[in-house]
Amino acid sequence: MIQFSEVSKRYQSGNEALARVSFSIESGEMVFLTGPSGAGKSTVLKLLALIERPSRGQIIVNGQNLGSIRRRAIPYYRRKLGVVFQDHKLLHERTVFDNVAIPLTIAGVMPREIPRRVGAALELVGLLHKQNALPVTLSTGEQQRVGIARAVISRPPILIADEPTGNLDPDLSFEVMQLFQRLNQVGITVLVASHDHNLIRRLGLRYLSLRDGRMVAPELHGDPDDERA
Amino acid sequence: MTNAREEGAHGAQVSRHTLGQRLSAYFLHHRQMLMAGFARLRRHPLATFMTVAVIGIALALPAGTLVLVKNAKNLSGNWKGAARISLFLKPGLSDAQVQQTADSVRTHAGVGSVQVITASQSLAEFQQRSGFADALKLLGSNPLPAVLVIQPAASYSSPSATQQLGQALGMLPQVDQVRMDIQWLERLQAMLDILRRAVQIIGLLLALAVVFIVGNTIRLEIENRRMEIEVNKLLGATDRFIRRPFLYHGAWYGLAGGLLAWLLVITAMSLLAGPVGTLATLYDSQFALSGLGWAGSLWLLIIGIALGWLGSWLAVARHLRDIEPT
Repeated sequence: MIQFSEVSKRYQSGNEALARVSFSIESGEMVFLTGPSGAGKSTVLKLLALIERPSRGQIIVNGQNLGSIRRRAIPYYRRKLGVVFQDHKLLHERTVFDNVAIPLTIAGVMPREIPRRVGAALELVGLLHKQNALPVTLSTGEQQRVGIARAVISRPPILIADEPTGNLDPDLSFEVMQLFQRLNQVGITVLVASHDHNLIRRLGLRYLSLRDGRMVAPELHGDPDDERA
Repeated sequence: MTNAREEGAHGAQVSRHTLGQRLSAYFLHHRQMLMAGFARLRRHPLATFMTVAVIGIALALPAGTLVLVKNAKNLSGNWKGAARISLFLKPGLSDAQVQQTADSVRTHAGVGSVQVITASQSLAEFQQRSGFADALKLLGSNPLPAVLVIQPAASYSSPSATQQLGQALGMLPQVDQVRMDIQWLERLQAMLDILRRAVQIIGLLLALAVVFIVGNTIRLEIENRRMEIEVNKLLGATDRFIRRPFLYHGAWYGLAGGLLAWLLVITAMSLLAGPVGTLATLYDSQFALSGLGWAGSLWLLIIGIALGWLGSWLAVARHLRDIEPT
């Protein structure tokens, strides 16, 4: 579903964020991407969302070579990719309902279908009762769940999340991860960037470990603290 | 997508919509953006008013001046009796020959009416007016020629047509000399043409100013909504989708400015109508100011909307590419 082959990324500042990184994630898998901050986790996600382009190497997502996607085609690619951000990126002057409905409006979904689908997505994250609230009145955990509802409302085959639990306490973090697992169970391929080793250990899922822009452990499961570089 | 489970769970929902449904969603978004643009204007009334006032004044100046020039054109074009042709016939023609000439001139295309002043009538008039009566008596014969005063037909009353008519009539063998009182009319027309051209140039510059004013206002708006643009781009919005609200916003500015300009022009015209009416009465004229009219008003609004749209288009084209998610 996601395949990186010898991908390098050097930013214009000269900083080499990724060096010959290769890994692959199968369809229906849920995988963590871990490593200390500055290791290149965010760069991997940016490359996947076509926010950045690789300096070298090839990325194939859902059978599509990202290198062949031109600027004009990027929006249509992004619609098939759910993205969850650490800072949620919710629009503050709009209600929870309106925030979650944005991807549907963008995709030109029939207006009368929108309430039903927004309702279903909010129900999934347990926030249906907050649909008319403004994001600022919600707790951080709730805001993150609204972000997740928005990311999955257009039923993307792939969901990527950048430090989704970065601002949450362990219990809330675990809840959010369980939500990702439930989405994974209905067939969505999930890639979560996180430096929260405890959480990864608790879930016992496969993880990719990055250090200084290099892949350390592409095929490990379980406890990231066991791995010694 | 090759995985069957994938297909079932969350296949591409969007493509299942019929074209009609997609179009209705598309038009709904246009309508929403139209309303949202108006709501944004109302949210900051003072700032909106100032922008709209500048646009309105910039549009009203050329529009109002053009209306005045058009009125002046009408006035000079309708100046009945101003364009007269005097044909001085050769001396020594008998009254019968003069009448004959007058009859043949009457049948000429473009001739409205012909007034015959025979040599003896000319002499009588001259004697009456000049006080040379005694001197004229000394002359054995009448030195004055007969004159045909020609009023061109309405369709030939323009300076150039009158000119041509005069030249044609001057070819008649009985005619000695042609005089046309149209030069000043030609000069007036030429001056009005210069004035109109000047207004067009100024209008063009002011239109450019409107484009820049709207562009700058929209640029600020884009800056304020950076976050929203970024999020929309991340969620797969096309450039057109992102552009749309700003284009409607700019078009609203243009429309509001156009309406204000219209209001300013009709107010100015109604203020001028009184004094102009008085002046016309003093000249025994039926002349009345004509305003913008339906077509003119419509054009003013259309130009306003077009300039607003263009201004925001320039701003959006210039700045939207700069805002990319990071």
